[in-house]
Amino acid sequence: MNEIALLIAATLASGTPVALAGLGLLLNEKAGVLNLGAEGMMLVAAVAGFAVAFHTGSDWVAMGAGALAGMAMALAFGWLVIWLGTNQYATGLALSLIGGGLSAFVGLGYVGKKLSERTVFDIPGLADLPFVGPAFFRQHPMTYIAIVATLAIAWFLYRSRGGLVLRAIGESPESAHFLGYRVRLIRLAAVLAGGALCGVAGAFLSVVYAPLWVEGLVAGRGWIALALTTFATWRPWRVLLGAYLFGGVTMVQFFLQGEGVEIASQLLSMLPYLATIVVLALISRNPAWIRINMPASLGRPFHPGS
Amino acid sequence: MTEMNKRFLLKVAAGAIAVAALAGCGKSEPPKAPEPAKKAEAAPPPPPKPEPLKAAWVYVGPVGDAGWTFAHDNGRKAVEAEYGDKIKTTFVEKVPYGADAERVIRDLAAQGNKIIFATSFGYMEPMLKVAGEFPDIKFEHATGYKTAPNMRIYDSSFYQDAYMAGIIAGKMSKTGTIGFVGSFPIPEVLRNINAFTLGAQTVNPKIKTKVVWVSTWFDPPKEAEAAQSLINGGADVLLQNTDSTAVLQTAEKNGKFAFGWDSDMSAFAPKAHLASAIVDWSGYYKRAIKEVMDNTWKTERTVLGVKEGANDLIKIADVVPEDIRKKVAEVKDGMKAGTFEVFTGPVLDNTGKERLAKDAKADQAWKDKVDFYVKGVDGKIPAAK
Repeated sequence: MNEIALLIAATLASGTPVALAGLGLLLNEKAGVLNLGAEGMMLVAAVAGFAVAFHTGSDWVAMGAGALAGMAMALAFGWLVIWLGTNQYATGLALSLIGGGLSAFVGLGYVGKKLSERTVFDIPGLADLPFVGPAFFRQHPMTYIAIVATLAIAWFLYRSRGGLVLRAIGESPESAHFLGYRVRLIRLAAVLAGGALCGVAGAFLSVVYAPLWVEGLVAGRGWIALALTTFATWRPWRVLLGAYLFGGVTMVQFFLQGEGVEIASQLLSMLPYLATIVVLALISRNPAWIRINMPASLGRPFHPGS
Repeated sequence: MTEMNKRFLLKVAAGAIAVAALAGCGKSEPPKAPEPAKKAEAAPPPPPKPEPLKAAWVYVGPVGDAGWTFAHDNGRKAVEAEYGDKIKTTFVEKVPYGADAERVIRDLAAQGNKIIFATSFGYMEPMLKVAGEFPDIKFEHATGYKTAPNMRIYDSSFYQDAYMAGIIAGKMSKTGTIGFVGSFPIPEVLRNINAFTLGAQTVNPKIKTKVVWVSTWFDPPKEAEAAQSLINGGADVLLQNTDSTAVLQTAEKNGKFAFGWDSDMSAFAPKAHLASAIVDWSGYYKRAIKEVMDNTWKTERTVLGVKEGANDLIKIADVVPEDIRKKVAEVKDGMKAGTFEVFTGPVLDNTGKERLAKDAKADQAWKDKVDFYVKGVDGKIPAAK
């Protein structure tokens, strides 16, 4: 029983960075901008966060720095694709490659460095409850923040005027433009928000989850987050669910191995990707549903006045 | 949404999955051109002296990885210190396996290096190919098994470290369950798991080892997850065959014990760190260079271990009781003298089958073919034939 509780706890922790990045990308994409640079933004944020945590000793300042680093990368991306109209796919891929190289270069001096003592976050009272305590209430605060962020983003997109404008821009930037909305600025804001969330996710990985910096630390989680948004048909709760599913299957396969279950480890390490995609593809397979939720202008540039 | 648009999106999604899957399978680095060979600092050679011998190293990681590549580079530096201006060393780091490796090794050969060291398993085929094209240059490959008239192989014996770590783990485990984070189920790693278990059994015959495979040499978050999973399953002393400090730090977070691997990792987990398994390549590199200088170099296979001063278990923590330190010291002395062999029969696998007869000592051929868990290790080896 206790092992199940610990498995749940590990699942939540494992899914949190993927969920944060996925939510950020969702905001991006709802505004019609596809940023394939998630992996690069997360890497740069991870090294920035680690460096700041190393020098200040504060995880929260570090995650702020991660957000800023992610935003800086996103700003460059946004300027290129929104104002200069460069191809979003190519620019995003370039951002990923640049982020990988840049983070490795900047991070050289931080490889093998150690952060100060990690804090334990137990919620007083709740953490000592049997089963649910170890399962849900001994998490890093970021785990709860990710859930609150999902709630907030879902509310923003579907219940607020700002969200409506954002989605309108994602559906038809031309119409939004003629209604007087500043399409490019709003798109940039969405891109920056996406960068910030990816940045927090990257910093969470290097400062809390690993906690260390090495080249390529993010190890594909940015790509997973990107795939998640599509397979979750751009619904915030499904992104969160998909992230937990991904984390959960990752942890379950380790758990099974530890229990001596005989499955090829190569197959097991493929399982999280496979399971996440299959489940999300199944719950999101309705074409009408995809059509309703997919931002119609996704990936298309917008030129005011054209 | 247009049809065109939908198709494009599917393509992008498929691409993202492909990249993610690749990243999941192993280290995925964007294919980038290897950096130009860095020249190591050397004293300006006075003109009348003879040309220095040129030697080159090919590394799989960055020299600052605090692990495998770092150890090799320390060996290169020791060579420089030893031979001074009689030698000129070069290294190329982060060389990907495959076509890039072949090109880098060929470039180094063409640049007049007389001996080239490739320090990772995946360089075996590329090096073999280039060795055929440059018969006058000596090629050295770490951890492989193929040789040529001008290419030889060398390796270390981390299982000796793992055995000594096991002795400590057997004592320090309160739950009677120890854990191992494995990279890939290859003989080298299986040897380490088995040696770790055998060592622990000398202190606590009932000890159980749980193994989790991560299918990567280097993915710190994944290593941390695997370690967490072992700890959740009741293991309280961990060892790993992966290259980062993540396992050790996860143990620290959970108030459990673990070991450093590849280099001294004591600073990363002051409370959890029990000892670090290391390897020192400098002796071998100095010898190889000398053989080229003296023209006595010949194709052979060298397996370094504690005896050659290559492998060692260092920085044993203060929490380890005195009698256990003594026991480790005795084993180490035995290894140094060449009288102690980790795999001495009877060795039973975990199905009860005898793999090594009573009192028999394992030879190199036996060690090369380890494909089983010893008694005491839980589970089956994934994808075993």
